[in-house]
Amino acid sequence: MENKTEYKPFEVDQHLTAHGNYWAGKAGSRFFTSLRDKKKLLGSPCKACNKVFWPPRSVCTFCFGELKDMVEIGPLGTVETFTLVTYSEPIQPRTAPFIYAVIRLDGADTGMAHFLDEVEIGKVHIGMRVQPVFAKDRKGNILDIQYFKPL
Amino acid sequence: MKRNVAIIGGGQTYHAARRHDVDQAEMVNEAVRAALKDARMTIDEIDLVILGNMEFFEGVHLTDCWLVHGSGAYGKQGVKITTGGTVGATAVCAGAHHVASGLFDKVLCIGFEKQEEGDTGAILSGVANPLWGRSMAGAAVGYFAMMGSSYIANWGATEEHSAMVAVKARQNARKNKYAHLKLDITIEDALNSRMLAWPIRMLDMCPASNGACAMILADEKTAKARSKKPVWIRAMETAHNEQFELDWRDVKTERLIFSKAAAGRLYRKLGVDDPAKYFDVFEIYEPATWAELIWYEDLGLCGPGEGFRLIEQGKTNIDGPIPVNPSGGVLSTNCIGASAMLRVWEAALQIRGDAGEHQVPKDVRRAMTTAYGGTNWTVMTALSKTLED
Ligand SMILES: [Zn+2]
Repeated sequence: MENKTEYKPFEVDQHLTAHGNYWAGKAGSRFFTSLRDKKKLLGSPCKACNKVFWPPRSVCTFCFGELKDMVEIGPLGTVETFTLVTYSEPIQPRTAPFIYAVIRLDGADTGMAHFLDEVEIGKVHIGMRVQPVFAKDRKGNILDIQYFKPL
Repeated sequence: MKRNVAIIGGGQTYHAARRHDVDQAEMVNEAVRAALKDARMTIDEIDLVILGNMEFFEGVHLTDCWLVHGSGAYGKQGVKITTGGTVGATAVCAGAHHVASGLFDKVLCIGFEKQEEGDTGAILSGVANPLWGRSMAGAAVGYFAMMGSSYIANWGATEEHSAMVAVKARQNARKNKYAHLKLDITIEDALNSRMLAWPIRMLDMCPASNGACAMILADEKTAKARSKKPVWIRAMETAHNEQFELDWRDVKTERLIFSKAAAGRLYRKLGVDDPAKYFDVFEIYEPATWAELIWYEDLGLCGPGEGFRLIEQGKTNIDGPIPVNPSGGVLSTNCIGASAMLRVWEAALQIRGDAGEHQVPKDVRRAMTTAYGGTNWTVMTALSKTLED
């Protein structure tokens, strides 16, 4: 509810540009190097908790134990949930329509949110088996997996 | 708690998509003046000011510094808090801790957001994990869509059930003069609103609002001397997950996630067996319709997979046995930094009997509130009318 004013509200335009760097760390560096160079996906196992984490990490979320090893997970996975995005806004990495899914890679205990392509929306279901399609020109970024598709 | 803590006053602005008539400090000041008036206090009596908002959502950092004249914090002790969606409740929680500790007697807590002034999309990209999430960030809609999708597949709910939540919220909001979206809508309107990301439609999501809320907390001695209707803070809980753990997107998860962990601890503190009977009203943080149904389950108002039955049976209506969000909730008003505080303030109004047209039609002695933030943590607050309740 805008109050009745005795003045004309005046707007001053604002614009900022921000650029940052982010070091991927002990576990992240190994993950991205392996993805880029070998198309192999890594997770961090905690033996004490009997869990394998993705994203990989150096500390177990549950027991606070230090995690030094990494194991290969995937590349196949299972759809845990999904949506068809039908609206567009600047934050989105793609123009709608596209499918987002949470995919649990084989051997991991947590899911990865990614795109699901080469599939009719009516055929997507929870429990669907999927495989990654890797980018040809990989740069060490999560988009080195271009998307997942059904087996 | 070491010392009992009461809410002795509060106030809020009218919430709206546009507030071109005021700047951020002026908007915050509206809520602060309303709270002081309600508590019959002057700013000089306040010992400590806690200010919270969603970091950078209005394109400014250090709001505690820039808004100091509006907040009344000039020359006082002060703390700024930014915990995302939960911030309004975190501010109250921190305020209550400061009073309970014995260090402060009268604390002013403020939550605000002037959402129209920032670049929400860009800032939400900044919220996403830079390594694992940012290049795929899809704002809040995609997250709640995957939650709804999982809920439908696992429990057999339909889009009609989320539409019922959408209608309840906006019809309740019509009774709340401060609410943003006061929409006279039907189930059909909700089902016909634009699809954003299946199964989330336009009317399944909260709006982007501008607004502020302020509350004054005091110790028992001050509260009893100064307030005719103090509302007591009986318990607070907070719990965190992280986004990549199994969470609300897997509705069948058996892991003890944030919502159930916090509720369980809070109930144990108070000796609550049946929360649906123990509390007379709930104000919960539901940015999307599906989140409300999951809150019902995680708060133990019903069993797992039964949340959609509660809405279907009208149990959570304003005049039902378990009223949830008589104010219209976050689905009707989402000035993020204020939203979680509004839950606590609206619950306090219900206990005081001062909620006006959206007062639930029964004796309200105990109330429970939740906050919810990006993307897996909560702050819960339990309130009562007397220290014996
Ligand atoms: Zn562990």
